[in-house]
Amino acid sequence: MRWWRIGKRDADLERELQSDLELEEEEQRERGLSGEEAHYAALRALGNRTLIREQTRAAWSGAWIESLLRDLGYGFRGMRRNAGSTVFAILIVGLGIGGASTIFSVVNALLLRPLPFRDPGQLVWISNGENYSIQAEQYVDLRDQNHSFADLAGWSGAYSAGNMELTRTGEPERLTGVPVTENLFALLGVEPAIGRSFTKEECEGKYYAPPAVVLSNSFWQRRFASDPGVVGRQLTLDGRPVSVVGILPASFDFASVFAPGTPIDLFIPWPLADKAKPQGNTMAVVGRLKPGAAIAGAQAELSTLAQQLESQHPERNDVKPRMVPLEQHVSGQVRPALVVLMCAVGVVMLIVCANLSHLQLAQMGARQKEMAMRMALGAGHFRLLRQVLTESLVLSGCGAALGLLFAVLGTRELAHLQTFNLPLLENVRIDGKTLAFTLLATIATGVLFGLAPALQVSGYKLREGMQDASRGSSSGRRHGWFRDGLVISEFALACLLLVGAALLIQSFLRALDVNLGFQPERAAALRIDPSFQISARAQANAFIDDVLQRARAVPGITAAGISDILPLDGDRGWQVGAKGQVYDKNNHPEAFIRVVTDGYFEALGIALKSGREFTQSDRESGEPVAMVNETLARTLWPGQDAVGKTMTQDGGRRVVGVVADVHHGGPEILGGSEMYMPMRQTGDYAAIRLVVRTALPPDTLAASIRTALRPVDPYLPVTEFQTLQRLVDKVMSPRRFLVMLLSGFAGFALFLASLGIYALISYSVNQRTKEIGIRMAMGASAWLVQRDVLTGTLRLALAGVALGTLGSFALRKWLGSLLFDTTPTDPAVISGVILLLCSVALVAGYVPARRASRIDPMRALRAE
Amino acid sequence: MTKKAQPRSNLVQGTLDMLILRTLLYGSAHGHQIGKHIQQTTNDFLQMQHGSLYPALHRLEERGWVISKWETAPDRNREFKYYRLTEKGRKQLVIEESQWKQMAEAVARVMWPAAEES
Repeated sequence: MRWWRIGKRDADLERELQSDLELEEEEQRERGLSGEEAHYAALRALGNRTLIREQTRAAWSGAWIESLLRDLGYGFRGMRRNAGSTVFAILIVGLGIGGASTIFSVVNALLLRPLPFRDPGQLVWISNGENYSIQAEQYVDLRDQNHSFADLAGWSGAYSAGNMELTRTGEPERLTGVPVTENLFALLGVEPAIGRSFTKEECEGKYYAPPAVVLSNSFWQRRFASDPGVVGRQLTLDGRPVSVVGILPASFDFASVFAPGTPIDLFIPWPLADKAKPQGNTMAVVGRLKPGAAIAGAQAELSTLAQQLESQHPERNDVKPRMVPLEQHVSGQVRPALVVLMCAVGVVMLIVCANLSHLQLAQMGARQKEMAMRMALGAGHFRLLRQVLTESLVLSGCGAALGLLFAVLGTRELAHLQTFNLPLLENVRIDGKTLAFTLLATIATGVLFGLAPALQVSGYKLREGMQDASRGSSSGRRHGWFRDGLVISEFALACLLLVGAALLIQSFLRALDVNLGFQPERAAALRIDPSFQISARAQANAFIDDVLQRARAVPGITAAGISDILPLDGDRGWQVGAKGQVYDKNNHPEAFIRVVTDGYFEALGIALKSGREFTQSDRESGEPVAMVNETLARTLWPGQDAVGKTMTQDGGRRVVGVVADVHHGGPEILGGSEMYMPMRQTGDYAAIRLVVRTALPPDTLAASIRTALRPVDPYLPVTEFQTLQRLVDKVMSPRRFLVMLLSGFAGFALFLASLGIYALISYSVNQRTKEIGIRMAMGASAWLVQRDVLTGTLRLALAGVALGTLGSFALRKWLGSLLFDTTPTDPAVISGVILLLCSVALVAGYVPARRASRIDPMRALRAE
Repeated sequence: MTKKAQPRSNLVQGTLDMLILRTLLYGSAHGHQIGKHIQQTTNDFLQMQHGSLYPALHRLEERGWVISKWETAPDRNREFKYYRLTEKGRKQLVIEESQWKQMAEAVARVMWPAAEES
């Protein structure tokens, strides 16, 4: 019998049994029984027809499909009957699974999927000590003398957003270009989609006059509309002609992996031999291990090499190579946060299951009669269990379909978020792994919340079910503790999530509160590097004077200054010292360097602590001066006033002022020492950024500035004003991401837990109507009844909260790693969460309590 | 006509299969006929509700030992579902027959050991 004839088989069997019956009836009539008696005798002789049908069906192959389909049919019918609770269940399963799948996609993209390079497991990130870069000369020697690596490549960190200007081809535009070593693309396994990458000759040219560029795919699409004819064409970058030699494939997104938040437009060669390139520790280095080589061995070898180089070349900067697998470097920072999110999602799913379990239990109570009837007709316990599980799986499946829809929308949103500085975020999408995860989650959810009612069903006693006195039956009471347990666990889990979310929110607020040392609120910056060549210091200074004068004349601008690097936007530093002091080579003070003009501190709102700021007169004709921040002052001249002291920089600069420390790495990173030099007295700057303080919105501001500066530089490129506030937001964005998501989950958990306790109290009040009626008839006041119900509610909530608080204590070490300036056992936070949960419980219990107090004793007693 | 209360024995499933196959050895029959035949041949000892026949018949058909077809009865103007033994079924009957014989012999040897001695 083939499965597609299932329907026919049933009809066939019916026909067969019917003909047998008729025959038997005839025979009985021949024996002398009357018509009706014969009929009944025939029926008896045949036996239990339903049982026959079931047994025959069991004998047919593919019978399991049939019974599965039948169970599904029952499931859908049951769901239609309780449309309200079905919709609710599907919705919360949908939200839960949607959130779980979205977070899993993020985890997949950031942690699980291998990096988009060839053989990413062999790639290693090499840093210098604690996250410094490596000097180019050291890199060359390390590369040439090691035996563990197939190759070492890297790029220079001496670039910044908008460091190159494109002119003479349409609108002038500022682009971001990264200088890379010749072998970087080959090491990563990236082949240009069109054209080629750099040749050896091109990498031996001059840094400030690159002969060739390779374009990134996104820039090529945006600016040149994917025109392959661009290869071989000449572009004008920073006033010099360069030829485009290649276009990188769309699968390679440098920024997404190495510089999240900064779109990279093109790559230029990094000429290792050119003495005029930015000196010092500038390189980020990536290595590919030889097949079979282990990181530990490579680390040991490079460390030894580095020590040798130190003794051979004492004039170079030290290098202490530190190696981590590239994957760990890229996403290591976000791993703890993602783990927390995954656990939070798991907790939310548990609460969803508990809620639905409760729902199903209540519905099962109403179906006792149906189940008992089916058992009487011959269904085994296993059969009923299977049916209940099928129904819950169907519910779970429908919810999961909705959830998948949510996840698709969610991942699309996340992949397009520009405001979060998270690596590989663009790669978030629904793929095979995510679908498999969703399937698993669906099945687990269905089984989990179907388990309780299924077990309840198998514990049914036949007689109890068939009797009518099923309200307040012992099976309901026996499972009362189980229901209570469900609600208590919901509250405990919700408490855990709320404590976590609250602690993270507090960390976030504390991080926001940190005094950055400058006022980002109304400060904005615009890069104004001139499009023409500047050959002499005098010309440069004249340009600066002109720009400042015109900028300050624009209405709406209260202060203007110029700097080469903005806070939070990059760093460079070197060793500094006080004149006349000797420092231990291993402990030489270092400082971050800024080249600024007058008006800079005012524009950014950096407070002056002593002495004076730079003025217009600090120029080449005047005395060489410098300013320091408080930390540097304390380091070089502890206990003394730094003003008037001389530093060793440039043969001797006198300190004229001390300013407040600036958190130039972000709110959570301590700023170090900073030294400021006047821009008119040095040529050592790579960018000219106008910084203004203004109340105008950024678009009008850009337009006004451009108009004001046109006479100075007619080819000033069209770029947006960068607000300092946006820079701060970007640095805070990973924490904000975590806080938003976790708070969302915690809120959802709270909602579910409150619904759960409402349903439980409601149900128990219903069950106890008779008892309450009796008590009220005996004199209990409405207030007493209410108080009773509310006390019961509170007791459940407190039990759950106690468990949850214990849980958060147990997890405090693990949570602590994510917090900023907050202890994991902060009593204010914990008591706040306890209060919140208890009040929510009381509110949830209030409506059933009122209903209980309104019970009319006479009606209650009669209604039984 | 009243029936005497006959001792009924419950047939093990495998045995029922064997009996059905044997009944069909010399021709086809429909369910009712098979049941009646077994009942009459054992003098009403093996009485069973016809209902237990049908699952067995369908099981045999699943295994390919019998094959069924709706045919018009020769003497009536009605259709019945006739079952017929297949080649496989014939072979299966031989196997089951020998198994039954072996079991009967083994039981006999335990029950009546003296009769063995010759």
